[in-house]
Amino acid sequence: MTEQTSENVFLQKIEAEIKIEPKDWMPDAYRKTNIRQISQHAHSEIVGMLPEGNWISRAPSLKRKLILLAKVQDEAGHGLYLYSACETLGITREETINDLHSGKAKYASIFNYPTLSWADIGAIGWLVDGAAIMNQVMLTRTSYGPYARAMVKICKEESFHQRQGFESLLVLSKGTEAQKQMCQDAINRWWWPSLMMFGPKDSESTNSDQSMKWKIKRKSNDELRQSFVDMIAEQIKLLSMKLPDDKLKWNKEKNQYDWGEINWDEFWNVIKGNGPCNKERIAARSKAWEEGEWVRIAAKTYAEKKINKQVAV
Amino acid sequence: MKNFIQKFYYGDIPEEKGGGAIISKNTKTEWPLWEVFIRSKQGLDHKHIGSLHATDAKMAIENARDVYTRRMEGVSIWVVESKNIHASNPDDAESLYEPANDKIYRHPTFYQLPDELSHM
Ligand SMILES: [Fe+2]
Ligand SMILES: [Fe+2]
Repeated sequence: MTEQTSENVFLQKIEAEIKIEPKDWMPDAYRKTNIRQISQHAHSEIVGMLPEGNWISRAPSLKRKLILLAKVQDEAGHGLYLYSACETLGITREETINDLHSGKAKYASIFNYPTLSWADIGAIGWLVDGAAIMNQVMLTRTSYGPYARAMVKICKEESFHQRQGFESLLVLSKGTEAQKQMCQDAINRWWWPSLMMFGPKDSESTNSDQSMKWKIKRKSNDELRQSFVDMIAEQIKLLSMKLPDDKLKWNKEKNQYDWGEINWDEFWNVIKGNGPCNKERIAARSKAWEEGEWVRIAAKTYAEKKINKQVAV
Repeated sequence: MKNFIQKFYYGDIPEEKGGGAIISKNTKTEWPLWEVFIRSKQGLDHKHIGSLHATDAKMAIENARDVYTRRMEGVSIWVVESKNIHASNPDDAESLYEPANDKIYRHPTFYQLPDELSHM
């Protein structure tokens, strides 16, 4: 088949909502976009374990420790599902990981913020996982088959993440004055970075069209962000807490919330690597990778030796 | 071809900073890739669920257990090294599957039978 007809076949599939599978012909740019998006998503799951892992040994009770361990373990699994999906596009796992460590590949900038108190763990589950879920539910319908299937598995596990976060804040919100303050403080710090997770404003993301046409992305950044605000603005009432936004107000005509403006300088700054924890996060990942190298080599050598022995017998 | 691209999940980071190059080089420490199949409950077929890296079959099964069955998703695991999977070529789909299209007599609905005939 010539390139032209292959491309037509590809576009017809997209049009007809038929998933693209690894061995199907696809435009180079489609492959590249997916590699980048899926690998960034995978890195986000993995780096996302760091801020939460920070509190595993200091969780306030055994129950909370077990919950947090289970959640962080889930995130490792999400990373794996996504790395696997990414590999089907022809890039090796090591290359993807090297790109993270070299700083070439990005991850969600939310994970460059520190977790200062126990309440941050609740706020992350509720807000950060909540924002991720909005994105991920949309991505269960993405056009690349392996990515969509990974998302289905991930979404099944995510709802526990958000619920445990909210429940943990609910307990704090009914606690002592100090606990209430801790809860409000965590919400204050995580609210705006959570909104930034949805990416630049639609008017500024000049390249969104192609991803929409190819059905990699199916809703715009602003659309998703607005649904998130509408959802959280209602849920927070149950906590008797406040979102740190004076402009937040129900708009009857639009049937949605009006709200303030994201600090975009901060957004771009964190993406450029100047957030509070960017260096620390990459250093932690690189360290784990480097210190694990002898294990990877030893395990491989051992397996190869075993095979050779079997052949010899 | 025109180079479009550039919109990502989680932040839309511009291309030159986005990573995800596609040049594949072989690395010496990378463990082999395995495909994982899970039987979700007794009586059902094993179904492909994903893949993972492991040095041998035993490690692949142990890791599959940790990653793919944390919530009782399975009662049995198969692993196959990915290089041992042979697949049909999607470009051949037409010549492989389309001939079946005009053999409608292979389907039960092809046969018009009297309504009085029950249980058939
Ligand atoms: Fe996740
Ligand atoms: Fe999560």
